[in-house]
Amino acid sequence: MTLVLNRIDDRLIHGQVVVGWGQPLDIGFIVLVDDEVACSEWEQELYRMGTPPEMQVHFYSVDAVTGSLPKFAADERPGILLTGNVDAMLALVSRAGVREVNIGGIHHRADRKQRLRYVFLSPQEERVLRQMAELGATVTAQDVPSSRPIELSELLESEASVQ
Amino acid sequence: MSSRVSSGVRAVRAIVAGHGEFAAGLVSAVDQITGRGSAFRAISARDLSGADLDKLLVQTVEETGVTVVFTDLQAGSCTMAARRILRDRPDVLLVAGANLPMLLDFVFAEDVPAIEAARHAVDRGRAAITAHGGKT
Repeated sequence: MTLVLNRIDDRLIHGQVVVGWGQPLDIGFIVLVDDEVACSEWEQELYRMGTPPEMQVHFYSVDAVTGSLPKFAADERPGILLTGNVDAMLALVSRAGVREVNIGGIHHRADRKQRLRYVFLSPQEERVLRQMAELGATVTAQDVPSSRPIELSELLESEASVQ
Repeated sequence: MSSRVSSGVRAVRAIVAGHGEFAAGLVSAVDQITGRGSAFRAISARDLSGADLDKLLVQTVEETGVTVVFTDLQAGSCTMAARRILRDRPDVLLVAGANLPMLLDFVFAEDVPAIEAARHAVDRGRAAITAHGGKT
């Protein structure tokens, strides 16, 4: 087993991650990669409290995590790698060899256009996602395990009509 | 007419927040049973970013003046947002894992402060979970 889900989700650790994916995948640990959370003890405590005791949470900044990813990839338990935005995930794709990227939730903001119920993207974010694909990563959008994974090409063509 | 059987619109005494239609569903159930659904303001986390949900919850707490927030799930984003509020507002009480018996108990405790009513409701809600049958 290894990192079974590499997810971009602006809510970071929440119900969909811990329960929706965490239970069926029998997740043993979460690697949360976020520069802001990495330097806030208080935020870390907040996310720890929200995670069931059988799930370990590791906090890293983008720069600090790349050297540690092989260790997590070799862990015998299934784990989730989690970032709050596309830029952090791009860094992991280009510097740490992440090859499958799940877009789990990027929500409404003024400069973003809606693509799915749970995916809104700015032109810059679309470029970053395309860059991941060019680097060889498979990028799909899927909020929960039971919903259909939507490929990047379809995602960027859709006008919020795909559910 | 005593307050026990009084009807009509009530001041909001607590926020109920959760995934999907959890909050609206619970509040409508409270209203169907007691007519006191207006004691709650329902919030859904659906399709909001973490930052927007934080904002919505802060706004709702300020606007309603309530000090009690019920949420559905410990790890849920509404619970996370409520915990962030607690950082600046230690007077706010957050109850995660809310259920219908809990909210029913809460709406009937109109004569005590909301925090006290919520603490009592937590005990009631916990005690109301039972399992029957299931023979194999």
